[in-house]
Amino acid sequence: MKAICWYGKHDIRVREVPEPTIINPRDAILRVTSTAICGSDLHLFNGYIPTMQRGDILGHEFMGEVVEVGSAVENLQPGDRVVVPFTIACGRCFFCQRQQWSLCDNSNPNAAAAERLYGYSGSGLFGYSHMLGGYAGGQAELVRVPFADVGPIKVPADLSDDQVLFLSDILPTGYMAAENANIEPGDTVAVWGCGPVGQFAIQSAKWFGASRVIAIDRVPERLKMAERHADAETINFAEVDVISELRERTGGRGPDACIDAVGLEAHGSTFDALYDRAKAAMFMATDRLHVLREAIQCCRKGGTVSVPGVYGGMLDKMPFGAAFAKGLKFAMGQTHVHRYMPTLLERIQQNGFDPSFIISHRLKLEDAPGAYEMFNLRESHCTKVVLEA
Amino acid sequence: MTDLTTTGDTFTRAAGTFQRSPLPKSDHHHGFHPAVNVGTAERWASLAAGGGLVLAGLAKRSTGGLLLAAIGGSLVYRGWQGHCYAYESLGISTAERHEATGVPAQSGFKIERTIAINRPRAELFEFWQNLENLPNVMSHIQSVTVQPGDGTQSHWIADGAFGRTVEWDAEIINIREGEVIAWRSLPDSQVDTAGSVHFESLPNDRGTTMRVSMKYNPPAGKLGASIASLFGDGLEQKLDEDLRRLKQHLEAGEIATTDGQPHGPA
Repeated sequence: MKAICWYGKHDIRVREVPEPTIINPRDAILRVTSTAICGSDLHLFNGYIPTMQRGDILGHEFMGEVVEVGSAVENLQPGDRVVVPFTIACGRCFFCQRQQWSLCDNSNPNAAAAERLYGYSGSGLFGYSHMLGGYAGGQAELVRVPFADVGPIKVPADLSDDQVLFLSDILPTGYMAAENANIEPGDTVAVWGCGPVGQFAIQSAKWFGASRVIAIDRVPERLKMAERHADAETINFAEVDVISELRERTGGRGPDACIDAVGLEAHGSTFDALYDRAKAAMFMATDRLHVLREAIQCCRKGGTVSVPGVYGGMLDKMPFGAAFAKGLKFAMGQTHVHRYMPTLLERIQQNGFDPSFIISHRLKLEDAPGAYEMFNLRESHCTKVVLEA
Repeated sequence: MTDLTTTGDTFTRAAGTFQRSPLPKSDHHHGFHPAVNVGTAERWASLAAGGGLVLAGLAKRSTGGLLLAAIGGSLVYRGWQGHCYAYESLGISTAERHEATGVPAQSGFKIERTIAINRPRAELFEFWQNLENLPNVMSHIQSVTVQPGDGTQSHWIADGAFGRTVEWDAEIINIREGEVIAWRSLPDSQVDTAGSVHFESLPNDRGTTMRVSMKYNPPAGKLGASIASLFGDGLEQKLDEDLRRLKQHLEAGEIATTDGQPHGPA
């Protein structure tokens, strides 16, 4: 079968690989119908995520049709159309049973490696480095799905792939970011990053009762998208100083919650951003946290900083004093996708929410190498690429 | 079982004064020598680097060269004697971690780990009660066969070093329903081992903690033998991984793996 494989920084190739087979009783094999390139795939493309190996199959946003199930999978049958959470979770450990699916104890075969770095290991992920499981991803014609009896959600035939595909990651990720922001009625929420996760976080913040959402980016069409789809106010950080602008717009109090939907590859032109860039370029740092610093600085006293953006290592020049002095709350982490899928499917099915507005490009699986390049450079107004397998 | 399948030179060396310094063998008969505080690989490196510096320094025929040679000489001493005065003043010893064994030779190996498992205590106890379950999850144990009779005696076969196997007979010496199971090897076994597992319920239905304790001693009467010479390196890591697999098996019903999945050509 064809699969999209990682061969190094800026080196993504279409390769012919063996078809996956059932390995464990709770596995299923899916024929992938649609898969997307995630903003976090760009961290792999740009070589920021350690423990990748040549030939690793990428992709953690995918859906498809079940072709085979293992002996312990009773809820799925060949022919079922499903969307798969990007976090792999057993459903039975301490964490899964507390709905913290992305913290599953039992799905990372390389947990020891993650423990050395982080103390304890989170769940395994599809196509996202060996430290996080080393699972072959879904940017392929077929994919093996472990713990298929608790992960994949069946979707009705009258919804298109485009409408439900993002249940696999970015829609729940944006939603959890808003839930983590502890939004109360009347709140003003600032969201850094108007990529797909930012767009869904902005929309979700409104669902959670925010009166105002202020969207921050430098790409005009992404800011327009936030205005158009979620009635957000916008700030173009290339044009104005974000910190003083947010202070002005909130009567000097600051946003009640700040969401960093950017993560470790933040862009910026302030001194700290240039410092991060220089250190990362010299391999002295992994994460560029300009946005996180700004969010901490801007947030009102006693407010919440919610971080759906991905971070990987040790953060340099983290203004923890500001966070402490202002009594901020932090919430972050990989998304507990399983927990949000049913709610969000209902929103799509019954409340007419259509997340497909973020799609800018529909391409074929074999177009992936060029698509990564284009998405990375934000060329051709690229916000989201969906690949048909 | 009277002899070892794992004979090697470590077993034939005279015991007693022999002191984990298999590298330069000259000093153990002297009246005084400083304690070894430099690891084996580091000693070889010191010898090599020091020798190089002495030669390079002497070749220079200058004051700087003499200084270089002197530094080289001290490195050679460090490598030969296995003693570093800088380490001594800092209280450092790299000799403790013997590269070849992972544990000090002539001593046993003990590991104790506590692991919380999200299953009721009775279920975990039942699993352990049938020792024949263990090879399914303990990667270094090939098989456990419960002997006919009262069910307290069992024959164990484990992976040894260099592709060999290690075998022993064990008996259950203590069992309290839902609380503890303890076993030890029978006298004259190839390996002297004992182990126990304690079970304790966690509050508020949070599952059960298992405290697993395993001890391996080198075979009786074989001074100088090490556990690594029996089981190979990294026994501790193997046991850690085994407990992780055990937890996965008991909680998730299977052990997470990517072995056998597709991959692009490297």
